[in-house]
Amino acid sequence: MSQIFAYILHKGGVADDTALELISAAKKIDADASLIAVVTGSGADLDTVCNDLTASYNEVWKIDNAALAYPNAEVIRKLLVNIIPGGSIILIAHEHFGMDIAPGLSIKMNTSFVSDAMDIEGRDGGAIKIIRQEYSGMASTHVTCDAGDGAVISCRPGSFQPDESKSAGGQLVDKSGDAGDLTANRTFLEVVQAETGDVDITKSDILVSVGRGIEDEENLEIAQELADAMGAVVSCSRPIVDAKWMEKSRQVGTSGQTVKPKVYMAMGISGSFQHLGGIKGSPFIVAVNKNAKAPIFQVADVGIVADILDFMPELTEKIGGM
Amino acid sequence: MEILVCVKRVPDTAENEIEVKGDGTDIERDDLVYSVNEWDNYAVEEAIQIRDKVGGSVTVVTVGDEESEEVLRREMAMGADNGILLSDDAFENSDGKGVAAILKAEIEKGKYDLILTGAQADDGAGQVGGMLAAMMDLPYASLVNLIDVVDDSTLKIGREIEGGNQEMSEIGLPCVLSIQTGINEPRYVGIRGIRKVASVDIPVHGVADLGLPADAVGETGAKVKRMDYFVPEMGDGAEILEGSTEEIIDKLIEHLKAKGGLK
Ligand SMILES: Cc1cc2nc3c(=O)[nH]c(=O)nc-3n(C[C@H](O)[C@H](O)[C@H](O)COP(=O)(O)OP(=O)(O)OC[C@H]3O[C@@H](n4cnc5c(N)ncnc54)[C@H](O)[C@@H]3O)c2cc1C
Ligand SMILES: Nc1ncnc2c1ncn2[C@@H]1O[C@H](COP(=O)(O)O)[C@@H](O)[C@H]1O
Repeated sequence: MSQIFAYILHKGGVADDTALELISAAKKIDADASLIAVVTGSGADLDTVCNDLTASYNEVWKIDNAALAYPNAEVIRKLLVNIIPGGSIILIAHEHFGMDIAPGLSIKMNTSFVSDAMDIEGRDGGAIKIIRQEYSGMASTHVTCDAGDGAVISCRPGSFQPDESKSAGGQLVDKSGDAGDLTANRTFLEVVQAETGDVDITKSDILVSVGRGIEDEENLEIAQELADAMGAVVSCSRPIVDAKWMEKSRQVGTSGQTVKPKVYMAMGISGSFQHLGGIKGSPFIVAVNKNAKAPIFQVADVGIVADILDFMPELTEKIGGM
Repeated sequence: MEILVCVKRVPDTAENEIEVKGDGTDIERDDLVYSVNEWDNYAVEEAIQIRDKVGGSVTVVTVGDEESEEVLRREMAMGADNGILLSDDAFENSDGKGVAAILKAEIEKGKYDLILTGAQADDGAGQVGGMLAAMMDLPYASLVNLIDVVDDSTLKIGREIEGGNQEMSEIGLPCVLSIQTGINEPRYVGIRGIRKVASVDIPVHGVADLGLPADAVGETGAKVKRMDYFVPEMGDGAEILEGSTEEIIDKLIEHLKAKGGLK
């Protein structure tokens, strides 16, 4: 029987949501494969995560080592090369850790690599057929990956249904003794927590969120006026923070804040998965974008094809006059 | 410090509406505006700032066709000292590993202390930097948003992780880092700057110069292949409000009232 490995992210004794998503991804490659979760860390939290995962994976490989307490990708990559047999298929979530470890892992395992898989259409002999997006989601592609010598595939968080069946009845295997040499020329020091800003966008029920479509720092005023009229707070996408037009604490997305408003007004935002990853709780999403094909229209409830610089002032005026 | 920055010429997604060709073989490339990959621009700026602080040089390199030379010149106008174009028909349709192999061959001809890439390019793969590092047996870190030079052999770096938090590490030189946007504010390049470097010689290296086996790169060497482009089913998609602006706003306000979007 074939084996498929999944590297599990976890925190505070709880496996990341992607742990169950990778099961669906693996089953799309081979419904009969034996699924092996690889879980690294140290101490009681690690045990809790491993025990929980035996319900979902056929085998859970636990690697307990003080050197693994913080997941330093350079160290974990070495570990995975030490313990996972050559020719294997390895799945990992495509977020910051996955981006750090996966490309190099494929080289060291001498396998193919496909990143940011959104869907998997199955396996045809040695080839795996994968769906990806390019150009910030403006075009999709089918990709084939020669997995004859194995493959590393990183999967987009939220794209695969979590497999909640919990019927694997798997076994825990302690592989700590096989860890091998874990030295790396990159040493973890600390995590610096994000600064809190002047406004807490996570507390607002209504967000007027601006993206690159705002075009100029001075135009932020237009968004602020709309927000004032609506009783909303202004948040933004990443390019606005990169340009230093707004504080990082106003950024919505995987590398910014996670918000749960009732209404989310996406103004000149294209709808990248990293941005959408910061919007939870299924708010009512209004998208205004001058490009009718912008990916944001796929997830919005209501869409308006317009120039935000014209549209926002008109909306503000109308609301103000009510 | 001798710094090499890998840059790529890509269709500018902020300037273009990317459309898939009718037969699905490619995107519509007529009239596309190309530019330097956004992330690479931050990487070059960072390299220039490090050089200006500790001395050394910045070299920009790209794997691409003749037209890719323009992005090298643009980055040289920003302040990079040298440019190298890696171009050969045999490089066409390389996968990420192929591109990394081509870059590795060039890097081994020189002596670099620090190699920078962008975090990701147009196809959003985010793979070349990590692959290159592993092939060269160099330490790697991705999504770097802070670099401090500690001494000749060590950098202190910050990586952007979830929620705006930052993971701090020390990494040994030489190393490969992929740069995240926002690490700095890339300087503006004016027409005059571009003119100044217009006639600077940019060497072009191909398969033979790099001593690469032709079947390791390009279409033949690729284990990962793009089969087609397509436009995904829209699913439910948004209800697109139509009519005059006035009508649209009236409809929108109805929706907002119903959903608690107006206070
Ligand atoms: C590891 C990683 C983490 C990331 N984390 C985040 C994150 O936390 N948050 C985040 O937002 N991004 C994040 N990103 C970046 C993300 O991939 C996108 O680049 C970003 O979200 C794009 O922002 P945008 O939609 O504002 O800009 P663009 O993608 O450039 O879109 C701008 C949109 O505005 C439209 N437009 C332009 N002008 C107008 C106008 N006048 N009127 C109306 N519409 C107009 C355009 O049609 C386009 O659709 C991350 C990327 C990486 C690699
Ligand atoms: N053809 C290329 N030439 C030079 N550098 C490249 C090329 N393709 C990718 N890179 C580098 O690798 C980074 C990540 O690209 P990718 O792995 O394609 O998403 C880019 O930001 C560049 O720094």
